[in-house]
Amino acid sequence: MDDSKILIGKANPSSHTSAAAVKDPLPLALRVPAAPYRPGDLPRFNPFHQQPGDFSRPDTLAPHTELRDHAAGLIRVLGDDGLAAGPWQPSIGPQQLRSGLEMMMRARHFDARMIAMQRQGRLSFHVSCKGEEVAAVAGAMAFASHDVLFPSYRQAGLMLVRGMPMVAMIGQLIGNRCDNAKGRQMPVHYSWRAGNVVSISSPVGTQFPQAVGAAMAFAYRGERRVVGAWIGDGTAAQGDFHHALNFASVFRPPCVLHVVDNQWAISTHRNTSTGGATFAARADAYHLPGLRVDGNDFLAVFAAEAWAIERARRGGGPTLIELLTYRRDAHSTSDDPTQYRAPEEANHWPGGDPIDRLSRYLIRNGHWTENAHRDLNEALDQEAAAAFQHAESFGTAATGLGHPTESLFEDVYTTMPPQLTEQMRELQTESSPPSAETSIIPFEAQNKRAVG
Amino acid sequence: MSTMNMIQAVRSGLEVMLERDRQVCVFGEDVGYFGGVFRATQGLQQRFGTHRVFDTPLAEGGIVGVAIGMGMNGLRPVPEIQFSDYMYPAFDQITNELAKLRYRSGGEWTAPVTIRAPSGGGIRGGLFHSQSPEAYFTHTAGLCVVMPSNPRDAKGLLVSSIECDDPVIFFEPKRLYRGAFDGDPEHVPPWRDQPEADVPDGYYRTPLGQAAIVRPGEDVTVVTWGTMVHVASAAINESEVDAELIDVRTLAPLDLPTIVQSVEKTGRCIVVHEAPRTCGFGAEVVALVQQHCFWNLEAPIVRVTGWDTPFPHAQEWQYMPSRERIASAMRSALAV
Repeated sequence: MDDSKILIGKANPSSHTSAAAVKDPLPLALRVPAAPYRPGDLPRFNPFHQQPGDFSRPDTLAPHTELRDHAAGLIRVLGDDGLAAGPWQPSIGPQQLRSGLEMMMRARHFDARMIAMQRQGRLSFHVSCKGEEVAAVAGAMAFASHDVLFPSYRQAGLMLVRGMPMVAMIGQLIGNRCDNAKGRQMPVHYSWRAGNVVSISSPVGTQFPQAVGAAMAFAYRGERRVVGAWIGDGTAAQGDFHHALNFASVFRPPCVLHVVDNQWAISTHRNTSTGGATFAARADAYHLPGLRVDGNDFLAVFAAEAWAIERARRGGGPTLIELLTYRRDAHSTSDDPTQYRAPEEANHWPGGDPIDRLSRYLIRNGHWTENAHRDLNEALDQEAAAAFQHAESFGTAATGLGHPTESLFEDVYTTMPPQLTEQMRELQTESSPPSAETSIIPFEAQNKRAVG
Repeated sequence: MSTMNMIQAVRSGLEVMLERDRQVCVFGEDVGYFGGVFRATQGLQQRFGTHRVFDTPLAEGGIVGVAIGMGMNGLRPVPEIQFSDYMYPAFDQITNELAKLRYRSGGEWTAPVTIRAPSGGGIRGGLFHSQSPEAYFTHTAGLCVVMPSNPRDAKGLLVSSIECDDPVIFFEPKRLYRGAFDGDPEHVPPWRDQPEADVPDGYYRTPLGQAAIVRPGEDVTVVTWGTMVHVASAAINESEVDAELIDVRTLAPLDLPTIVQSVEKTGRCIVVHEAPRTCGFGAEVVALVQQHCFWNLEAPIVRVTGWDTPFPHAQEWQYMPSRERIASAMRSALAV
C-alpha cells in the first residue's frame, strides 16, 4: 500500500471533535454588549460604595503590587458629606483650590459660549468638556511648567491652565490669523508650544506612545521632566494604548498616562470599549501602578496626579490613572445625544458635578462664598464673550480668515521644495493676489508663560 | 423607484444585502444603535438585530482584522471606517493581510470584505476629516477601489462590492452625501433635483470596472471621480467647452477602454482629483493615456488636483480643485 500521501491533505484525526464532546455547553451566539441605558430608559446608577479612606496612600516608590486595590477600586477624598477625608487629602492650599475652581468655571463658560457661537453659525464646530473639567484642570495644575503635556481634544481647561490666552484658543476655533497654528486644523485641535503642550491630532490615541517617547527622551538626556498624556475610554481600545503601556513598562520613563472614562465615545458606551472592569487594572499586567480615581473630585484627582508625578520625578517610572467621570454634553456640536442616550443620565451620575462639589467644599470651609461664586460666574461669562469678540476682530469665515496664499504651502517641510513653490504660483495666478496683512499675531512673551 | 440622497442610497444597498444574504454583517464605530455618524446605517440594527449590525470598540486595526477573520470563514463583512482618514491604523491589516490573502495562500483563502469609508473634503474637516487616500489602496495589488459620485451608482456599486469575492475599499465622498455639491458651498443642488437620485428600491448591481460617460463631448476628455465629477460638470457647463466627462467610478479595476476611446476622439485630456498631485491616481491615468493615445494627443495632459500639502482647515477652498481651476486646465489643453 502506498502511504506516501498520508501527510498531504489529511488533518490529524485528534483535531476532529464533535459538538457532542463539549462538556455542558452554554448557548453559543455572538455576544454584543448593550449600553445600560438608552433613550426611554430611566437611569439608576448605584452610588459609589468606596469611601474616602478606603485606600492607603503608599510611598511614591512603592511596588506596583501595592496599588492593585487602587486600580480596581476608586480613590476619593471628597465624601458623600462633602467633607475631605482619608490619606489621599492633597497638600494644596485654599488659594490654589480657588484657582482650580476658577479654571474649571472658566473652561465651562468658554465651552458654553463656544457652543452658543456654533449655534449662531459663527463657529463651525466645538467639543465641550462639561462635567469633566477636573481631569484637565487638576491634571495640568499638578504638573510643573517644564513638564510636557499631550492632551486630548476634550481638555480646554488644560490649555487655559498652561497659559494659552483664550483669544488665541478662539482664534484656533475660528481658524483666523490669531490662531498660532495658522488655521491649519479643525476647531479644538490646539497647539501651545510656549506652554509645553503638544499639538492635538484627531486620530485618537496617537499621543499615548508619543508621550512615552517624550518621557524616554527626558530619561535619555537625564532631564528630570515628567510627561502627561490623556485619552478617553473609547480610545483605550486602540492599539496605541497598548503600545504605550508596553513601552512604558519596558523602558520605565517618567510619564503619567491617563484614561478619562467619561462613559461615552460618541454613541458607544464604555462597555463596548472594554470587556474588563476598570481601565486602571490593565496597568497591573504591565507591572505598572494603576490608580482609579473619582474624576469629579478635584482633591482626589489632584492628589493622584501629585503622587504619580512625584513617583515619575523620583525615577519610579510610569503610572496609569483612570479618571471616572461623565460627559455631560454631546460628543461634539455635530451629534445629538438624545438620539442615543437616556436624557436624564447626566443628572443621575453618582459623581455629581465637579464645580459644585469643589465650590461647596470651599464655601463650607470658609474659603469661598456664594456671592463670590456668583460674581465670578458673571465675570467669566463676560470674559468669554469679550474674548470671542476680540478673536473675531482678526477675521471670520464671512469676512475672511486673513491667511495669505503662501500659508497653505508653508510648514509642509523646513523649506519649501520646488514642486510646492510651483504649485503655490499656480494657485496664485488662479486666485486673487495674496493679502498684504501680516499672517500671525505674535503673542507677547508674558502671555506665553505656563502656569506652574 | 424612490428619490434618495447618497446616504439613503448607501443605506438601501446595505439593507438589500442584509436581507438577501444572512452572511452579510455590518459593524464599526457608532454604526449600531446610533446608525453611524453620517446615519448610513440608521435603523438597520433595529431591523436586522444586534448580531448583524453592531458597534465595535474604537480600533480600526481591530475592525478590519476581525472582518478578515470573519470573511475567511464564510461571512461577508461590511465594516465601516468612520472617516477614511482613520484607515491608517488598519493599514497593515488592509494592505498586508486583506489584499494579499488570496495570493499568499495560493488561492486557498480569501476574505470578501467591503470596507466603507467616507472620504474627501468640503465639510470644513481640516487635516483629519477630509483626506482622499484612494491612491494608497490602488497602489496595493489585490484590492478593488470604488468611489461612486451619485446615489444610483452608490447603491448599485455597493451591492456589487459586497457580492464581489475580492476585497473592496468603498469610498463615499461625504461632501455628496446630502447634495450634489458642484463647487459652491453656498448653493448645493439638492439630490431630489438630480436624475441620479432616482434609485430602484430593490436589488440591482452596477458592475465594478465600468466607467460612466456623464456627458459626451468632442473637444476634450475630463477624467475624474467622486465629488469632482460634479465640480467638473459645472465647470464644463460654465465654460461652454464641448468636453466629454468620464466618471471612472471604479479606480481598480480601471475601465481603460472607455477613457482611451474618448481621448482617441478628443485628442485632449485633463484629469481631476481632490487628492494631492504627486503619486495621486491621476498620475496613473496620465501614464496610461499617454501610452495608449500617444499618437492621438494634441496637447499635454493636465492634472487638476489637491496640492501636495496636508488638507488645510481655513484654506479649504483654496485647496479643493475649483470650477475655475478646471476651466483653466481645459482652456490650456485646448490652447495647444
